[in-house]
Amino acid sequence: MSSAETETAEIEVAADEVREAVLAELKARLGDGVVDSHIRAGDDLWVRVHRDHWLDTAQAARAMGYRFFDFISAIDWLPSPFGRDMDAQEDLVVDPPAPKEPVPMTTGYAGGDTRFQVLARLYSVTHGMGITFKADLPDDDLSIATWSAVFAGANWHEREAREMFGITFVGHPNPINMYLPTDFVGHPLRKDFPLLSRRVRPWPGIVDVEPLPGGAAEEEEEES
Amino acid sequence: MTAVSDPQSVSALAAEATDNRVNLDFETEGMTLNMGPQHPATHGTLRIIAKLDGEQVISAEPVCGYMHRGYEKLTEVRTYPQINALINRIDWLGSFANEVPFILAAEKLMGVEAPPRAQWIRTILFEMSRIANISLFLGDFGLQLGGMTAGFYAFRDREWVLNQIESATGGRFHPNFDRIGGLKDDLPKGWIESSHLAMARLLAFCDEMEDLLIGNEIFQARTRGIGVIPAEVGLSYGLSGANLRASGVDWDLRRDSCPPGLVYDKADWKVWTHPDGDCFARTWVRLQETREAAKIVTQLLDTIPSGPVMAKVPRIIKVPEGEAYVATENPLGEMGYYVVSKGDLVPFRVKIRSASFNNISIVPWVARGAYVPDLISILGSLYFILGDIDR
Repeated sequence: MSSAETETAEIEVAADEVREAVLAELKARLGDGVVDSHIRAGDDLWVRVHRDHWLDTAQAARAMGYRFFDFISAIDWLPSPFGRDMDAQEDLVVDPPAPKEPVPMTTGYAGGDTRFQVLARLYSVTHGMGITFKADLPDDDLSIATWSAVFAGANWHEREAREMFGITFVGHPNPINMYLPTDFVGHPLRKDFPLLSRRVRPWPGIVDVEPLPGGAAEEEEEES
Repeated sequence: MTAVSDPQSVSALAAEATDNRVNLDFETEGMTLNMGPQHPATHGTLRIIAKLDGEQVISAEPVCGYMHRGYEKLTEVRTYPQINALINRIDWLGSFANEVPFILAAEKLMGVEAPPRAQWIRTILFEMSRIANISLFLGDFGLQLGGMTAGFYAFRDREWVLNQIESATGGRFHPNFDRIGGLKDDLPKGWIESSHLAMARLLAFCDEMEDLLIGNEIFQARTRGIGVIPAEVGLSYGLSGANLRASGVDWDLRRDSCPPGLVYDKADWKVWTHPDGDCFARTWVRLQETREAAKIVTQLLDTIPSGPVMAKVPRIIKVPEGEAYVATENPLGEMGYYVVSKGDLVPFRVKIRSASFNNISIVPWVARGAYVPDLISILGSLYFILGDIDR
């Protein structure tokens, strides 16, 4: 046991050094572009870059061997004004509770200053590890450079992020809707876009809540 | 019109007509061919707008969204166990494999690890889903290229592995068997022996398919040198799984960055690649993968440790604040979930990175210049499941 534990500890430390080195190289290539970063030892690396350096980031990462394109998407960090669990009182259409004080917005790893963040992930087949990139988008100008010239696969992902979050990818060759009808109004993955089916009909789970496996009811049975 | 009765003059007239046609200064008019949304080669409802010049495809643009179910939005109002039932429907042929990366991501955020027995059974069921998925591909691809027999054999032998999945989990297609911290149940009695039998049958099925499909002259003529994807292009499109390995990239998430919770390192197996990058290579790599999957299952069946299948987890699952991306090598390629949690019952945001979405985004590139029948070969060999594109 003890030998296995020390072994994993060693691996984690070694992997951590690898990620530190990757981060240092990214910083050297991008200069002021790297705003913040987060390393989870032996697991993953998050890098937040400035919006103006987004395209440089793709080129730098590609030059560093991160040539496999994973995905591009976005996160809306606004706390949802709607109920978040399945029997949320906020979602009641009849007799809704009084509106609460809005919860302060918090962001994830590598921080963030704005509501919308673009999220992208690249992977290196040779190094066997990936990097998650983030970039803040100011509310009054939701636009960022496209990656589709560097990674061809970004084309479709950016189309999806564009319609779902309303982010403009400057220079995108084909900015048309991926999933939604052409005349659809709104951006469904924004937090302030209500999930209409839940507004119209409450979640049926409220009526008959089944006991979870290994739950209190079963424990009682075991006792009796 | 004069009636021509003499056979010789008929052939002379025909020859003259042919000559005239050949000597015409050809000006072909562009034509738009709409394939789908309901076409047997589209595994669901994918529509392809192909612009043709004669028989040649100038551009092919896939139109997705006929099956978009908004899973990324739904995950924001569903608890983690509920999401597990939901994401079974992404790639419906290898459903169990969809659950695993999501559960692993949640486990990573919670700091929970499944007991060894659960890890073993997870890996076995994961590989069984792979066999179920790819064996259907082998049959269906044959069917699309005109080889009916392959389809029947595949559907027949896929039952062997589906029966095993069903007897262990209760669901043929949507097991919903994985839980945060382990599995719903232990294996039923006699399951290990019957799985050995099923795997032996599937290894024989692979040999059969090799003779029937891969060795078939017509099949080779329809696939060799068709739809060649160079490794660099595949990487930049995010092509993954067998599609990328068929372009010579020796990369398999099971071997290279296997997330904790799966025990691929406990079995002896091989990652197959092919240098050609054409439709034939993709089929061939998948066939070898089915074989390797059967071998992994056979080896792991003999080494399943005893013990519980569920770790101690709270009754109501709240996942601590954090972000995690976990990807596994699913039958269709890399499938990953980027889970952002705020410490609630429900995740804050889940980005589902499904393999087919990237795999099919290369179609406009690879179909350009191909002939219309080759379009079927290309689509079939890239192998996508519509639920996996649209999510």
